[in-house]
Amino acid sequence: MDLMANGFAEALRLFASADREIVDITILSLKVSGGATLISAVFGVAAGAALALNSFPGKRVIVGIVNTGMGLPPVVVGLWVTLFIWRSGPAGQLGLLYTPTAIVVAQVIIALPIITGISLAAIQNIPEKLRFQILALGAGRVRYLMLLVREARLPLLAGIMAGFGGALSEVGASIMVGGNIRGYTRVLTTATVMETGRGNFETAIALGLILLTVAFVINYGLTAIQQRIRS
Amino acid sequence: MGRILEAHGLRADRRAMPVLRVGEFYLDEGEFLSLVGPNGSGKTTLILALLRLIPLREGTVLFRGKEIGRISPAHRYRRSFAAVFQDALLLNTTVYENVAEGLRIRRTGRRETDLAVMKNLERFGISHLKSRNAARLSGGESQRVSLARAFALSPEILFLDEPFAALDAPTKETVIRDFETALKESPAAVIMATHDMGEALRLSRRVAVMREGSILQTGVPEELMRRPADEFAAAFFGYETILSGIVSGTFDGSFTVSVNGRTVEIAGEAGAGSLVTFSISPENIMLSGGPVGTVSARNTFQGRIERIILAGFYYRVRVDCGFPLVSYITGHSMELMKLREGGEIYATFKSTAVHVLQVR
Amino acid sequence: MASFGFKKAIIAVLAAAVIAPSGYFAGTGLLADGREIIFATTTSTQDTGLLDVLVPIFQKQTGYFVKVIAVGSGQAMALGERGEADVLLVHSPDAEKKFVDGGFGVNRRIVMHNDFVILGPAADPAKIRGLKSASLAFKSIARSNALFMSRGDRSGTHVKELKLWQESGAGPEKGKWYQETGLGMGHTLNVSSEKQAYTISDRSTYLSLKKNLQLSVLLEGDPALFNVYHIIEVNPDKWKSVNAEGARAFSNFFVSRDTQKIIGDFGREKFGTPLFYPDAVK
Repeated sequence: MDLMANGFAEALRLFASADREIVDITILSLKVSGGATLISAVFGVAAGAALALNSFPGKRVIVGIVNTGMGLPPVVVGLWVTLFIWRSGPAGQLGLLYTPTAIVVAQVIIALPIITGISLAAIQNIPEKLRFQILALGAGRVRYLMLLVREARLPLLAGIMAGFGGALSEVGASIMVGGNIRGYTRVLTTATVMETGRGNFETAIALGLILLTVAFVINYGLTAIQQRIRS
Repeated sequence: MGRILEAHGLRADRRAMPVLRVGEFYLDEGEFLSLVGPNGSGKTTLILALLRLIPLREGTVLFRGKEIGRISPAHRYRRSFAAVFQDALLLNTTVYENVAEGLRIRRTGRRETDLAVMKNLERFGISHLKSRNAARLSGGESQRVSLARAFALSPEILFLDEPFAALDAPTKETVIRDFETALKESPAAVIMATHDMGEALRLSRRVAVMREGSILQTGVPEELMRRPADEFAAAFFGYETILSGIVSGTFDGSFTVSVNGRTVEIAGEAGAGSLVTFSISPENIMLSGGPVGTVSARNTFQGRIERIILAGFYYRVRVDCGFPLVSYITGHSMELMKLREGGEIYATFKSTAVHVLQVR
Repeated sequence: MASFGFKKAIIAVLAAAVIAPSGYFAGTGLLADGREIIFATTTSTQDTGLLDVLVPIFQKQTGYFVKVIAVGSGQAMALGERGEADVLLVHSPDAEKKFVDGGFGVNRRIVMHNDFVILGPAADPAKIRGLKSASLAFKSIARSNALFMSRGDRSGTHVKELKLWQESGAGPEKGKWYQETGLGMGHTLNVSSEKQAYTISDRSTYLSLKKNLQLSVLLEGDPALFNVYHIIEVNPDKWKSVNAEGARAFSNFFVSRDTQKIIGDFGREKFGTPLFYPDAVK
């Protein structure tokens, strides 16, 4: 009980004092997960639309892979990315291991299938007749896709939120490919794990609260946008 | 008046729908053609095929003599058309944006777009809805937006797929009137699919009857009504008296057919012993309390009234005189003749009023 | 109007996606440029906060960028064997010798020491308080079937623990009372405290977590509990990609007089006793 109260108190203190290190960790978390989400959104929505609108041999298999990928354990992603970008790995030349970019790569792998899968469902849910109507208006390929995306914007936004949530909250991959390096690859989740290990439960609780607050504020903002679009 | 649209040897299929097989199809400049037929007869599939929205297994569609979808992309051709479907199929944005979208696709200038949008919102009486989200409209309002969107494009061909089917009767009437006015002001060739014979007769210059993916019969409405191609068409047009029998005697210019032991005289020719299917339209069957002995109407049958049904402004009377007959009479005649179910009655029709559907 | 805003949004997203990877994380190039050192070490040195003090000083002095990867000694050496780290600070002497003998590491130098302590619930159900030898204490724990938490992660502490079991003759075929966390020292201490189990820890980690733990030091001072840290540079002859120069600089920094003094003073103020005893400068 004491510990929780202290945790909240510490969280408030860290908020109030705008502790430099905590602020930097928070900003890095946002940059990393935001960047990963942005990349995943661009490719995920495009891939989801492509899968929804085309039929080709092997589509079933790809959709199956995407759906499986929606539940990829971050540590598994972390392991494979590590093997890939090790100095001695196939992409070792890039020197990516233990960098924020490596975390972005891992989080893209986590968020991309989530956004792709939800986009696929969202675009597929647009009635065939409405697609005919858009084409009958004379839309070319690009305009057609843009209108479909606009039509499905609410579920697409929900998919992007889910992807962002997956990226922001994962810890397994971040710690493996990022290394939790202070001031460099230490993000909110890895810092929370470390502070717990150090026995600094107050700080750990505070970090957890910040993580929740950040997630809440961003989702609240997106929901507000959704509501505005809807009206 | 040239051909604006032609199709040759069309074959297309859509899942769960009968295969579309249309040998020859054409639409003249400024013509209003209705495709009629029951649900699932292929009307929608034909429209989608003509718009090149579904792949063709075989055949070609020509717009002003140029093939659609082979040489240059189909969407360029589609920009000469507009389509309205049964469900309004509006985009999830404002009414104004919905009507403007097609023009934006055509890269029409801002002023011109605004003018066309406002004019057509006005035409269909929905100017006050322009900032409203299209997802929050009633069925009638939605269909008006859809029609305004189509007319805003000043299409050369307007494709309509059951545009009024989802509307209730009073709404339907006002929407059809606005549509007729708009079409008069901005003429276009029209292809309309409908399962409502009344709509087709009212609006179109030519009607094509469809059944199981094929065009059964094409013609001007009056001719079609008078001479349905077969039993199916007759039934679809609302003929309720459709009978068959064996030719029992042939004369000069007429023949007799035995139907359930009764003899019916029919103008025309048919070989003795053949099986004849024929129909008689209800307004050509006269009902009377006693036999009528006129020369020209030799077909007089005594029968019993099976059923009297109020059908709007008139009554439908079903008579059993060895075979079933259906006639329409007014309420006034009803009272005058004191008709009641189970009562005795005489039914008379001319031999020339009989329409032969099939001789086998 | 809405469609124009939409178009802009798409362009912005695309632009961001292209720009993001380059220069998004200020001051970090994608390609290794020889100015960064991967330093694999034990959790104990990170969890005590010692590295948070030392690494910034080194970075300021030399301009190198040090990537501290806190893992167990076993994993640290595994990274070194593959050339995935440049320099190691570990505390698992037998394994270290094998590592150097195998040609994976060079220039192994002593940095500091402290000691391990055997911890357990104050009630001490296995009655080890007062015993003189760690192996006797382990034998007693095994005989009483009292709960024991092991790191189980091939870390220096784990290796030390296994050695003690061997000497005690009680292990390694253990019963239900013997459990492995597979976690770092801090986490293992937390679990032991919650479960009121015996465990073994380096003194420094124990001291820094002490305020949250309900564990008592039940046995200390046995020479067998000596805990010594060495710094080892990964052999650049094995892996071309290793930053030998940076590793040497970092290694030299650790055994320098100034650094050794900082190590000796670290924690003295907070805990009343130093967490580590410098050994490099005699």
